[in-house]
Amino acid sequence: MPKITSLEDLRKIKEQARDLTAARSGGKVKIIIGMGTCGIAAGAREIMTAVLEELDKRGLRDVVVETTGCIGMCQKEPLLDVIRPGEPRITYGNVRVEDVPMIIAEHVVNGRVVEEKVVGRTE
Amino acid sequence: MSMYRAHVLVCKGTGCTASGSPSVFSAFKEELAKRKLDNEVMLVETGCHGMCEMGPIVVIYPEGAFYCRVTAEDVPEIVEEHLYKGRIVERLLYTIPTDMTKVPHYKDIPFYSKQHRIVLKNCGYINPDHIEEYIARDGYQALAKALTQMSPEEVLEEVKRSGLRGRGGAGFPTGLKWEFARKAAGDKKYIICNADEGDPGAFMDRSVLEGDPHAVIEGMLLGAYAIGADEGYIYCRAEYPLAIKRLKNAISQAEEYGLLGNNIMDTDFSFHLHVKEGAGAFVCGEETALMASIEGKRGMPRPRPPFPAQAGLWGKPTNINNVETWANVPQIILNGADWYSSIGTETSKGTKVFALTGKVKNTGLIEVPMGITIREIVFELGGGILGDKEFKAVQIGGPSGGCLTKEHLDLPVDYESLTGAGAIMGSGGLVVMDEDTCMVDVAKFFLEFTQRESCGKCVPCREGTKQMLLLLEKITNGEGTMEDLNTLEELAHMVKRMSLCGLGQTAPNPVLTTLKYFRHEYEAHIKDKKCPAKVCTALITYNIDSEKCRKCGLCAKNCPVDCISGDRQTPYKIDQERCIKCGTCLEVCPFNAVYKD
Repeated sequence: MPKITSLEDLRKIKEQARDLTAARSGGKVKIIIGMGTCGIAAGAREIMTAVLEELDKRGLRDVVVETTGCIGMCQKEPLLDVIRPGEPRITYGNVRVEDVPMIIAEHVVNGRVVEEKVVGRTE
Repeated sequence: MSMYRAHVLVCKGTGCTASGSPSVFSAFKEELAKRKLDNEVMLVETGCHGMCEMGPIVVIYPEGAFYCRVTAEDVPEIVEEHLYKGRIVERLLYTIPTDMTKVPHYKDIPFYSKQHRIVLKNCGYINPDHIEEYIARDGYQALAKALTQMSPEEVLEEVKRSGLRGRGGAGFPTGLKWEFARKAAGDKKYIICNADEGDPGAFMDRSVLEGDPHAVIEGMLLGAYAIGADEGYIYCRAEYPLAIKRLKNAISQAEEYGLLGNNIMDTDFSFHLHVKEGAGAFVCGEETALMASIEGKRGMPRPRPPFPAQAGLWGKPTNINNVETWANVPQIILNGADWYSSIGTETSKGTKVFALTGKVKNTGLIEVPMGITIREIVFELGGGILGDKEFKAVQIGGPSGGCLTKEHLDLPVDYESLTGAGAIMGSGGLVVMDEDTCMVDVAKFFLEFTQRESCGKCVPCREGTKQMLLLLEKITNGEGTMEDLNTLEELAHMVKRMSLCGLGQTAPNPVLTTLKYFRHEYEAHIKDKKCPAKVCTALITYNIDSEKCRKCGLCAKNCPVDCISGDRQTPYKIDQERCIKCGTCLEVCPFNAVYKD
């Protein structure tokens, strides 16, 4: 283990260690995946894996990933919601694994809603 | 995959471990693997959350859902419902006893929302065995700040200005204590962490050591830097095996990172830290006895002066602070003295951790700002008295403290107010008593403890506490006289005034305060030969109400000495001569026909 010899070293370890506790302190952007029976049947588990992989690849540690139950729009599952602080909750429907990188790159990172996949908007 | 979307925090504090958290932990491990969630859900063991009454406790983030009394059988449901489908398992959430509502979030539980956590900030939140988790929560930032931007004098000044006072009981200003040690002549100086927590019912220090050992280590590093010490000891009783294990692990991790040892963070500052296991003698919490014990001698106090700051461990200048005091220091350096002194009252700054036990609904560990009232602690954080009985008294400060009554409920909790009322802050034990508690019996209980723990070096403590105990036994046996009451009071004052160390000087406090506030109970034992709370066995009799008795015979069947007679025709009766007052008949009677008198 390298010795900590400066404030900078300590900051580096703190930075690396942040993902150890990040999920506990609450991030800035939230991704919610519908994980009701309908969602699971439509492939929500694969979406979840894809989301986590993409976040990891991009090193996004401030994003909270939650699951939720059926919200009644079963025909549009898998559903994926993105909430950015101070912005409306955007619900994407019929999400496919290959849509995930785009939603994360466009909406989560850059704040541009991927309009063609939007099925709902809640203030 | 290293991205974890959810964290499952299983409490592995002593309380939750005792109520079964290890099996909950392994059940989670198994279930997460089975569901293939182990790559995206992180399983963490933490220190004490403080609400041991509700253990084993499991907290799941990012939601912050707080599950109580979780068993291994509940785990598949939590994994399936919460972690897989995102539905909170309502039945396991905390229920507010007053209105029976369920509280989903940790921070909304009244027990926590009233607290102000500085010392316990990381307890139950981080894995105490991972130094990185401590660093992620600003750990060792205060040390880095001190070493790179502050002189030792500035660190000392900051602690002085913060108004921090010793949390071990007496409340001596910490900064001033450090200054004595800093100014003392000598090139070798020691600092010590007093972790010899021995009050019955107190577990504050244990929880800090188990839940956040690095906070204590960082506090000691800052103290050593300010004082100019290069070696330190943590004196912890061997009855705290988990605390010792975590401390030793924390020390070796800090050493690996170069945060302990020679030339810390590439500066001239060096500090070595050892853990010394004590054998669990209460007197070793007294600083001179503690130092004797570290030196390998019998743990006995010696007269002061010389004070430890002049001639302490092995004759060298030494500074001793308690666990909680040390754990406050990093926060003071990090956030500044002004921030710290904005919390609390005029003379008592910051927060205090209490172990809340006895007849309250929520027992556990709480950290509250100084100046909070006893009423708020007992009725809001504690949730009121068990079974909604009448509040009678609160014993504050353990065996060295005193009993306070209903009229003190609105007393602010700070050093001066408590001392003024005859109690002490002490290390923070808080035992709540209801109407069924006999105050003479309570005084006897605490005196039995101090009498047994007296080291025997000085006569007033050794003989005085013994004689006091004999008098109390005489009174609770119904053989006391009013003359005995005067002798008891006289002895108590004598022991308090003449004992060598804090143990003897404070041992009479429970007797003196109960005599002051509950004298009528003593008099009832003596004059009427009655125990008003019906606790002292010599003064009560068990009887059967012949009107309520349905002649079922359960009492007679269960009586261990066969002293109850009767049959379907004749009402049951207890033979008082042979009755051993075990109370079994009262417990088994389905018609509440047995009563104490």
